Amino acid sequence: MITVLDYGAGNIASVKNVLDELKVDYLISSREMDLCKGDKIIFPGVGEASFAIRKLHLMNLFNLLRIIKKPFLGICLGMQLLADKSEEGNVSCLGVFPGTIKKFDYSALQVPHMGWNNVDHRSDNKLFHNIKSGELFYFANSYYMPENEYQIATTEYGITFASAMMKNNFYGVQFHPEKSGVPGIQLIKNFIELC
Amino acid sequence: MVTKRIIPCLDIKDRVVVKGVNFKSLEYAGDAIELSMKYYKDLADELVFLDITATEEKRKTLIELVKEIAKVIRIPFTVGGGISTLENIHELLFAGADKVSLNTIAVKNKSLISEAAKKFGSQAIVTAVDVNLINGKYEVFIKAGKEATGLDGVEWCKELQDLGAGELLITSMNKDGTKSGFDLEFLSKVEKSVSIPIIASGGAGKKEDFRDLFTDSGISAGLAASLFHYNILLIPELKKYLSENDIKVRL
Repeated sequence: MITVLDYGAGNIASVKNVLDELKVDYLISSREMDLCKGDKIIFPGVGEASFAIRKLHLMNLFNLLRIIKKPFLGICLGMQLLADKSEEGNVSCLGVFPGTIKKFDYSALQVPHMGWNNVDHRSDNKLFHNIKSGELFYFANSYYMPENEYQIATTEYGITFASAMMKNNFYGVQFHPEKSGVPGIQLIKNFIELC
Repeated sequence: MVTKRIIPCLDIKDRVVVKGVNFKSLEYAGDAIELSMKYYKDLADELVFLDITATEEKRKTLIELVKEIAKVIRIPFTVGGGISTLENIHELLFAGADKVSLNTIAVKNKSLISEAAKKFGSQAIVTAVDVNLINGKYEVFIKAGKEATGLDGVEWCKELQDLGAGELLITSMNKDGTKSGFDLEFLSKVEKSVSIPIIASGGAGKKEDFRDLFTDSGISAGLAASLFHYNILLIPELKKYLSENDIKVRL
């Protein structure tokens, strides 16, 4: 069973619809108990970083998420919250991935980074099974994770940034697989079946 | 590099897609769910739904429709029409919409834009700007184009960005329904003044109009309605043409 972590600020309807399409057993919850019960966790994050972290603290999930050993997929803000820190609201995050989430340079770029962009994965990571390198995924972000040793895919927007990462049981994608047509559904299926 | 987006716009009245001509009369254009599925298959990059009835009684019907749309397509979509409170926005986003489009209310209650951007993120807040060329000046109109505001088009777009809007959906009323091409002059003025993405609407009649819109420009997306609804231009054909003209699109 998949637990979809819902902290009440993000739109989880789209992730739920994909899981329905894949006929996967899932539970939407923010309770510690349900996160411990599920086999895997999907964390779709939408909204603002410092607000989301505050919510995780209030719900007593902050420390649990740092140490949990189950396969974990963070989407968009859900990935950014796995970093050490975010410039958005200048907040300390979960600290799974070393590095700080930064804002795109809006003096040189259109911000938010909005639309379909290439995701280049040079690795043979299971998350990208049956997805070609350079495939287009849908992004909607003003902040990004700089390139780092845990990246498994990168995307270019003015600079090159980490658009997917993996460390132990933690996976994170900056784009929205639930909104990226057929390749996006494939990625979620890969996480459920292979990761 | 981010691809240029092609966005069909579906004007909704009682769950049915209609097409307005020059902001006036209405024609039937198809079923909302069927058209959504067709555009998803045709690789439309996003969809925009504007509820043109937009009364409080009908809001529940709209929410139900949004839930159904979110079930059948896997691309982002924006919903607009009659939104006036944070609660309205919350309902639409939690029903499965990715963004909301605010128009009249942006002029009447500016603080809603900044509050909504703070609460839901700028990426979820599209501001729609209807402009008309009156005596050589681009003026902002609200209430589905019926009411002049006296606001200057470019200045208003800048202000919307400062308030926290994540995208601008600019409709050139003077071009709408004419099929004579986008209003490149105004769009280029706005593009030079803001750094948020711009969706251009009004005037598209043929594939060359999209080529002209995107060539050497920072405009992110082109929106059209009847052109796509009536199969005058098929999205796959349009995208193939743009790609042949060195414009990067999702194929």
